[in-house]
Amino acid sequence: MTKLRQQILILHLAISSLEGKTIAWAFFDGAAPAEKQQMQSGDEETPPYDSVLAAMRDGWNVLQVPTLPIYIPGHEHEGGHLPYEYVLERKVDVDNLPG
Amino acid sequence: MITYQDEAIAHNAPKDNSVEKKYLLTAAQMAKFVTDGFLMVENIVPEQLNRAVHRDQQKGIPGHRFWRESENIQTVFELPQVKGILQSFLGTNPVYDHSFLHIVQAEKSRAQNWHADSIIDLRPLAFDVQAFYFAHDTPKEMGPTLILPGSHLRKVNTESIGRYKNIVGQRQLEAKAGTIVFMHHGIWHCAQPNFTNTTRYVFKLRLQPGQEQRGLFNTDDIRSEEVSKIINRDGYREWQGNEARLEHNMRAHLWRYVSGDDTVDESFEKSFYRMSV
Repeated sequence: MTKLRQQILILHLAISSLEGKTIAWAFFDGAAPAEKQQMQSGDEETPPYDSVLAAMRDGWNVLQVPTLPIYIPGHEHEGGHLPYEYVLERKVDVDNLPG
Repeated sequence: MITYQDEAIAHNAPKDNSVEKKYLLTAAQMAKFVTDGFLMVENIVPEQLNRAVHRDQQKGIPGHRFWRESENIQTVFELPQVKGILQSFLGTNPVYDHSFLHIVQAEKSRAQNWHADSIIDLRPLAFDVQAFYFAHDTPKEMGPTLILPGSHLRKVNTESIGRYKNIVGQRQLEAKAGTIVFMHHGIWHCAQPNFTNTTRYVFKLRLQPGQEQRGLFNTDDIRSEEVSKIINRDGYREWQGNEARLEHNMRAHLWRYVSGDDTVDESFEKSFYRMSV
């Protein structure tokens, strides 16, 4: 019987389109043992995929499409978190992990 | 006539701590701070003093007491070139907020999560300054602080950005001994792993403004082409994506504030003028 575990990839895009360019990324690996270090802040220079669409082509499933920003009158020029945050997942067999 | 009350006021009045104009930040330097959220100044502390502070850092003084117990660190912040920069940001009587000697032990492989220091600030434009002083050389592998240039005006709550890991344009503040990085309190940052066998120290001093932060630097060239280029063009970064023009107006707003002149307009396509702001 296969032992499936979830991997989560978060891609922040420059615009709301799934074809938008990746400007930030994070990876949380539910298939890795507890003693293995997860992705650390600042440990990579290049995103794993140029866009969400590119990740989908490689087998990732989209879990979350972000709600578009809501601009509150009087606060239209304020900024906060990165707005176009996509959450993707894939399930991997821990006994047969992809390279 | 002088009353006792007047005498008391005179006695308690802040002393004149102002420095000569030559030590103040230029308009271009301030525009860079407004745009990037930090200003890195190399060779601002002499070598001998760096060595003295580094010796103090190795004495095991608890981080929160270092400021009080090291005379050498206080000497650093009495240097006229350091005081001039602080005066340019905060006025002649900055208010002590807190300080800490940050230590990353040798061969520590874990990074800190991305965060901004403290909760969302209710002041629309005023800002505290955090001075990060490097008393020893801190190359990339030693874990200098990681920052996201230009993120200081994005409102986030402490570690609400903690699930972010890598952002296009992130920068490690590799520094030579004698460098001070002056940061806007809102900038996104995190400590990095130290892959060397040497302990890494960085001293942080946070100061609040002692007066309204308007026109405190050398404002001679606030309308120069150089300033305009820094705010209008240099501030655009890939990570800002679709929000880049809004980001432009946020820094143009801060620039107008610190310049002390409500007629300067470095906004996107002069939109402040069009919108009668």
